[in-house]
Amino acid sequence: MKSKYSALPYYVWMALFTIAPLILVLVFAFTDNNGAFTIENISQVGEYTNVLVRSVWLAAVATVICLLIAYPLAYIMSRLGPSKQRTMVMLIMLPMWMNFLLRTYAWMTILENNGLLNRFFGLFGVGPFDMINTQGAVVLGMVYNYLPFMILPLYTIMVKIDNRVIEAAQDLGASPLKVASSVVLPLSVPGISTGITMVFVPAVSTFIISRMLGGGGNLLIGDLIDLQFLGNAYNPHLGSAISLVLMVIILLCMSVMNQFGEEEEREGMLI
Amino acid sequence: MKWLSKTYVAAVMLFLYAPIGVLIFFSFNESKSRANFTGFTLDWYQKLFSNEMILQSLLNTLIVALVSSVIATVLGTMAAVGVNSLRKGPKALVMNLNNLPIVNPEIVTGVSLMLLFVMFKELMGRVGMNFEFGFTTLILAHVSFSVPYVLLNVLPKLRQMDIFVYEAALDLGCSPSQAFFRVVLPEIMPGILAGFLMALTYSIDDFVISYFVSGPTSQTLPITIYSMTRRKVSPEINALSTIIFAVVLLVLLLVNFHGARQERLQRRKGGAAA
Repeated sequence: MKSKYSALPYYVWMALFTIAPLILVLVFAFTDNNGAFTIENISQVGEYTNVLVRSVWLAAVATVICLLIAYPLAYIMSRLGPSKQRTMVMLIMLPMWMNFLLRTYAWMTILENNGLLNRFFGLFGVGPFDMINTQGAVVLGMVYNYLPFMILPLYTIMVKIDNRVIEAAQDLGASPLKVASSVVLPLSVPGISTGITMVFVPAVSTFIISRMLGGGGNLLIGDLIDLQFLGNAYNPHLGSAISLVLMVIILLCMSVMNQFGEEEEREGMLI
Repeated sequence: MKWLSKTYVAAVMLFLYAPIGVLIFFSFNESKSRANFTGFTLDWYQKLFSNEMILQSLLNTLIVALVSSVIATVLGTMAAVGVNSLRKGPKALVMNLNNLPIVNPEIVTGVSLMLLFVMFKELMGRVGMNFEFGFTTLILAHVSFSVPYVLLNVLPKLRQMDIFVYEAALDLGCSPSQAFFRVVLPEIMPGILAGFLMALTYSIDDFVISYFVSGPTSQTLPITIYSMTRRKVSPEINALSTIIFAVVLLVLLLVNFHGARQERLQRRKGGAAA
């Protein structure tokens, strides 16, 4: 088919609505209100180092917890029969299809000071504990929202591990621990790296989870950006500079992860 | 070992579903409390369905989702046909650009589009014309983040297709457009449908990007939900969650049964052929 030109409308669309906006972010980050070149915005981001560090730290903790929870689960899933596997995948995806605002709201009601969990503790005469508006609550929200993003890529990779390979290792005298560390783990590395990217990227750039579960005291990068664009502190130049820093953080994370994973694994897991 | 893994799966499922269960349970609660169950009622559902704002935003969501995913599907399918005939280098470049909105954090996509629309509004203002944030900006934004998924779904189907089938159609007297609509299109239809459905679900579910580009008259459901969660107590959310959960469950079950049946049919056919 000689139909190169049918893609032209999309090229124009991409230029207008994907590339031009990003160039605008770049331009805004390096200009002041009068349009003159400045690096003041970028250096001003330095004042928020504690927020940047907190974002990366909380997102990293959430990613590690997701990995620890998801890894055994994905392995168990991958060894089930075909129809059970399908049911499990559906069960994992079902909460994902509920809007994440509702899922986060659910945790708000559970963690509140007079919420369900504190009532429960009250039955035993302990508490109430301050659970909402803490960093722990933010991490919990991240883990809850993004856990499926870790389970699914791990599962897609592990399903491909032939049972006979594992049996061969066992026959050759490997202990369960040895099988896990020398056979399953190396074969599942691409899934791990995809999972880490898919959890870390949304976690580090969230602004809703921190606002709903973290109170006012646990601002993340996303909240900062939101404040500059839609908040009282309206300053799109500083907001663009922070967005740029966020993109750099994510690019760094992805380039590290791409060292391990193959791009091929992308398709198929989007649904 | 068996019971250990069963317990583990059960524990993770409990973690995933307990919060949703709590929402559903308290949607039937008489009092506004989110911790004390005082009695059964369907009041919140009634209130929900007489809530003008929620119904309007649901309608907005559906309009934006349908319009944007139709545009995205046409644009993405055309793009896939064009990209498929590119040479390796340019193709890699286009695909990298295509993946940009997928790998970029949503908030950056949102604010970058907002900047674009603000600039455009200023430009229009300078020539004396009016441009407001609303359905136009929402649909433009939603198309932009949906096309990449359509392209990713259609392209593999085109790659798998036998190019000679198209050429045979031409040899047998089809015009190129006839050959495309009668031969190529049916062949890649599953990919197009998958892309369309993905665009639709992403659009319905999107909050972050819509949050930055919507106007006061074009609130979508996620934006309304957000403003509801900002008010401290609003049990209507619980009712809304329950309904959304039920709808999603129903859709997934239908898709799953359909998929399972299709697979069985396929296997039977395969068995007969062999």
